[in-house]
Amino acid sequence: MRVCLWRAARSAQRNQEQGSGKTNTSYSGRLRRSVALAIALALILSAGAFASATLTGAGSTWVYPLVAKWSVAYEAQTGIEVNYQSIGSGGGIAQIKAGTVAFGASDMPLKPEDLQSAGLIQFPTAVAGEDLVYNLPGIKAEQLVLSGPLVADIYLGKIKKWSDPAIAKLNSGVKLPDTYITVVHRSDGSGTTFTFCDYLSKVSAEWKEKVGANTSVAWPTGVGGKGNEGVASYVQRIPGAIGYVEYAYILESHLADARMINADGKVVSPSLKGFQDASAHVDWTQARDFYVILTDHSGPETWPISGCTWQILRKSAPKETNLNVMKFFDWGFEHGQDMAKSISFGPLPPSTVKAIKSYWKSELGYSL
Amino acid sequence: MNGSDAAVRVDMRPMSGQPKSSSRFWHLPGDFLFHQAAVLAAFLAAAALFATVIAIAYDSRISIEAFGIWKFLKSSEWNPVTQTFGAFPFIIGTLVSSAIAMILAVPISFGVAVFISEIAPVWIKKPVAGAIELLAAIPSIVYGLWGLLVFAPVFGQMEPWVSHYLGAIPGIGLLFQGPPVGIGMLTAGIVLAIMILPYISSIMRDVFIAVPAPLRESSYAMGATTWEVAWQIILPYTRSAVIGGVFLGLGRALGETMAVTFVIGNSNVLSASLLMPSATIPSVLANEFTEATTPLYLSSLIYLGLILIAVTLVVRFLAVLLIRRLGRREGTAT
Repeated sequence: MRVCLWRAARSAQRNQEQGSGKTNTSYSGRLRRSVALAIALALILSAGAFASATLTGAGSTWVYPLVAKWSVAYEAQTGIEVNYQSIGSGGGIAQIKAGTVAFGASDMPLKPEDLQSAGLIQFPTAVAGEDLVYNLPGIKAEQLVLSGPLVADIYLGKIKKWSDPAIAKLNSGVKLPDTYITVVHRSDGSGTTFTFCDYLSKVSAEWKEKVGANTSVAWPTGVGGKGNEGVASYVQRIPGAIGYVEYAYILESHLADARMINADGKVVSPSLKGFQDASAHVDWTQARDFYVILTDHSGPETWPISGCTWQILRKSAPKETNLNVMKFFDWGFEHGQDMAKSISFGPLPPSTVKAIKSYWKSELGYSL
Repeated sequence: MNGSDAAVRVDMRPMSGQPKSSSRFWHLPGDFLFHQAAVLAAFLAAAALFATVIAIAYDSRISIEAFGIWKFLKSSEWNPVTQTFGAFPFIIGTLVSSAIAMILAVPISFGVAVFISEIAPVWIKKPVAGAIELLAAIPSIVYGLWGLLVFAPVFGQMEPWVSHYLGAIPGIGLLFQGPPVGIGMLTAGIVLAIMILPYISSIMRDVFIAVPAPLRESSYAMGATTWEVAWQIILPYTRSAVIGGVFLGLGRALGETMAVTFVIGNSNVLSASLLMPSATIPSVLANEFTEATTPLYLSSLIYLGLILIAVTLVVRFLAVLLIRRLGRREGTAT
């Protein structure tokens, strides 16, 4: 019934419009509409033309700030747009395997045999690091010194209080409170977690056996915060808390960070130099598929919890696509160093870049 | 009904200005199309549910093959490194956090509904009802951030008191022991309770208001108090609708993801204390889906999703059973 009424009202209105000579407006309306349609079509077509100069990538959230920064400058210079989606390393690996993106990015390197079976290649992008942060009223940033085995015992739940003799031994001048340690870790899967746990696996046999290293692990104790900001907010709020976050995030959030004892037995503070030293002490040319993890390397200034992100390409992808990706990262290695440093990523040393280029040549059969 | 319809149609005809026959022909296919469209819509909704369940079950096949059903349900090891997965801590976390939410939200909702329908003066009814319904419009991420940044610090201050007094009670004291961190199962339950409050209370209020006035008036006339009217007249009268509202809230609590992820503390270790961090099925999915790098890992997460659907279905089934039993008891009593 209602439809009927509505129709009647409409037809009456239409009659009235026709009667009062409003046909002109409806004509010009139609004209305007067709012009709009033409413009929309032109836009779609031109967007299609631009789309051919777009590189798509997906993966690691850790490397996202770097790729984003490089891609803006790269687009300004070359007109090629790099569209990177930070969906997580797992997603990046899945996407590159499915061939929906030109490159995938992962914080955890794929094993050479996995690369082989999936027809993929990988190369490092930049180095970065992470550190432990704590909330101990009265103890300032970098006042606390920690060692790898000590951190492993804390994260295993074996050392429960800040006044534990094992901590006091390394911090003789510091007045440690008698409060419980609240361990904070990442709740979401993350390359930060992988790097951290890989380091603990190297310095503690018990950690390696009981927990191991992965983007997420079965934590023996503690609370989980989502993302760097989640961990940071727990540490800031809970007195006696300890957590691990990326170096860039420490600079941003002004959390109190610890100094660490590195593989050479030296006490070091986190720094770009320390991350780069870690990569300098690795012979990238010897490692198959760059399967090297930068934690716990030797060197007097080397930062022990250094990490790296990898870009993954498909061997079977069109040559043009792979060349475009290679050009972008080669441009980044050469011109993007200051940009990387400005957001606390360490650029790769020239020898590593050279090794990457010869790797491209040998794996793909072509290079830049 | 037919008679009045015909009368309306007769009235309409001169207005539409169309001959009788065309009006009739227009109506019949319209009705036919509407009938078909309604059937299609109902069918599509059901088909979407079935298709989702089948797709989820299919994608979890790798994990089902590896761990089976019973072993996956009762195993409390969730270890991505060794690739062994079990759902037990998350199922418990989901059920317990929702139970806390229900224990807190249902009595408060009842109070709110009784206040609005029975006690409040007219001028205050609308603002109170509006404010509570507004709670439902807040996105869950906002609840999560509020819980983490505002509620948890305040609650953390109260927790030493809670664990000192409630933790000393033998038996239930076990539920209230632990470090005063401010996040954990209890915090998640409280935040969930606030989130589901508007759903339950607005349904209760609507059905309470709909109770026929003579029922209410005659009981007041016989000298009943407001409490007696609410508890003995209104609640039994609206029981099935109230239970429906309660289970609507429960369904939402079981599936809530973002807010819980922020405040529950995300620990896979099962603990007796409600003050300790825990995890629910949706919170694990939100945390680990993006970095699930192996097929078995991903499949196990999807398997968890399947279990969540099963848990919701079981709860729903129990609700229907409960309503039926209550209905039967009423039948025998009167």
